[in-house]
Amino acid sequence: MTPPSSNRHDVRLENVIKQFGGLTVVDNISLTVKGGEFFSLLGPSGCGKSTTLSMIGGFENPTSGAIYLDGEDVSRQQPYKRDVNTVFQSYALFPHLDIFENVAFGLRRKGLPKAEIESRVKEMLDLVDLTKFTRRKPGQISGGQAQRVALARALVNRPKLLLLDEPLGALDLKLRKQMQIELKRIQSEIGITFLFVTHDQEEAMAMSDRLAVMNNGKIEQVGTPAEVYDHPATEFVASFLGASNLIPGTIVQRKADTVQVKLEDGALVTLPAAALQPGTGNDVKIGVRPEKFHVLAPAENAEPGWNMIEAKAGVSVYLGVSRQYMMESKTGRPLSVYAQNSGRSEDLAHGETVRLAWNPAHTFAVKAN
Amino acid sequence: MRQLRGILAPYLLSLPSWVYLLIFFLIPLGSMLGMALAVGNPLTGYTMSDNFSIFGQALSSFGDSFIRSFWYGTASTIITLAMAYPVAYWIAFYGGRHKSTFLFLIMLPFFVSFVIRVLAWEFILSDNSFVLGPLKEMGILPEKFRILSTQWAVIGGLVYNSFAYYVLPLYVVLEKIDRRLVRAANDLYASPVTAFLKIILPLSAPGVFAGFLLVFVTNVGDFVNAALLGGPGTYMIGNIIQDAFFLNQNYPMAAALSSMLMLMLMLAILLYSKTFGTDTIQEYAA
Repeated sequence: MTPPSSNRHDVRLENVIKQFGGLTVVDNISLTVKGGEFFSLLGPSGCGKSTTLSMIGGFENPTSGAIYLDGEDVSRQQPYKRDVNTVFQSYALFPHLDIFENVAFGLRRKGLPKAEIESRVKEMLDLVDLTKFTRRKPGQISGGQAQRVALARALVNRPKLLLLDEPLGALDLKLRKQMQIELKRIQSEIGITFLFVTHDQEEAMAMSDRLAVMNNGKIEQVGTPAEVYDHPATEFVASFLGASNLIPGTIVQRKADTVQVKLEDGALVTLPAAALQPGTGNDVKIGVRPEKFHVLAPAENAEPGWNMIEAKAGVSVYLGVSRQYMMESKTGRPLSVYAQNSGRSEDLAHGETVRLAWNPAHTFAVKAN
Repeated sequence: MRQLRGILAPYLLSLPSWVYLLIFFLIPLGSMLGMALAVGNPLTGYTMSDNFSIFGQALSSFGDSFIRSFWYGTASTIITLAMAYPVAYWIAFYGGRHKSTFLFLIMLPFFVSFVIRVLAWEFILSDNSFVLGPLKEMGILPEKFRILSTQWAVIGGLVYNSFAYYVLPLYVVLEKIDRRLVRAANDLYASPVTAFLKIILPLSAPGVFAGFLLVFVTNVGDFVNAALLGGPGTYMIGNIIQDAFFLNQNYPMAAALSSMLMLMLMLAILLYSKTFGTDTIQEYAA
């Protein structure tokens, strides 16, 4: 079989399955990461994202399926022959070598001339702002610095693809935010394809051009952060990426561009037909993000064409930028509502009845399980 | 007063150790050096003298035994290292849940007395033993072939008896090495062999170094293996000292030989640390 043509530095996974002793860890994944893209694999621990990364890096062989790098089938290629480098979660810096030698390790193995190694390592240490630490040992630098060494050590080889396995997991929050921006900057400067694995949805959204949400060894959805957040394809994606209010209902009317759904509490809501996944039956759950709700007084009317349900305010948490309410629908279903702290509305009392209105365009629908 | 106590406290606290060192190390060492210079015999007693010529005399009479001891010590330590490293590596990397069982099995022979173990080897290696006998009858080995009483029997005995002492320090360092480093090395274009040479080996250098000292020092001074497995041509300095002490009761000569062996070992260790110090080894790895 000749592999289909693809662009330079593309990574393509085709029906990749990985089993460990009868347990399917990666379940038939097909995925294309475009050259120069910052792509994230996002999912809870144990969803198979790290195993997927290991297979692309060459540390595990797929049970079946194929992995193409630049159109070349590398599924069974040894990791040390693969033009892919990894930033490991534990950094895995060589403790007996100084920072310079850690970074130079890959280039020395490739047998590059000494002068070239020297200049490329220096250039890379400059890029990650570590020139002052060249002669230190990994034990003598901080976690954030070690993280940058791990990055430099991988990038200096100018791989076709850089794999990052939860590289920021060990850093504290502030440093993590800094490194997120730093990683983005470096990626756009050098233009290498980044494949980033994380369980932190905020991190994935902040950094990725596109991301894939994984669960139970399967890819649930692939798209830009905005696509995946605004139009989650499954209930899992809706709840894993940010908070969601999911309300069961039945489709009562299908038109060319809109669909009408009768919710469990009897309210009729409209949503764009495009929000419905093809082949969805009549039993659905409609979803609204907590920040999309507008809180109205009990008798107040929403803007024409908007959806509206009734709810009762419960406890609230003040978060500064917003106030987060726990509310209850008429059927007792808990709802989460964020009210912007814009100074335009007063805080709701516990038990107060309100109307929640939202723009139909901000509605999504997933299959009812 | 309080200030003075503050200054003295660390010394007072370490006093028991100093007393211990004095009683069990410094005094015996001093008396050994004194004995080397003494003249007399066990019956009439000894008097101190300035008989420094005894050292020259010891060297000229037993120089070959010194050389032999160092040769046996070096050869047996290197062979032990070559045998212990793969075993320690295997237990550390592939031992899984049974690591301690494997280590216990390696230690198991040591529950039998040292001398019994060496005697067992004497039995196994003897000229017409159940090992060599049939081989000779079948004509695989010449009739005159022998192992016992040769230097290889002594070196073999030394290797056998120091094996576990080399496995343990190697195991300790190998066990501590983060497996993910090998993965990182593979990721950075190092084949499994290169990853071993550039990562595992330098990181296990402290164990190689420690084990070498432990085994080398013990083996150079050994006399049991040479006495039981060797012959007249395999006399080690330990045997000479033993003879001088028990057989000839020439205590000054025994003391002089012991002092010289100690000095030589110390010089050898110093030289060895300067050349193969673990830092140096790790620098080579780059």
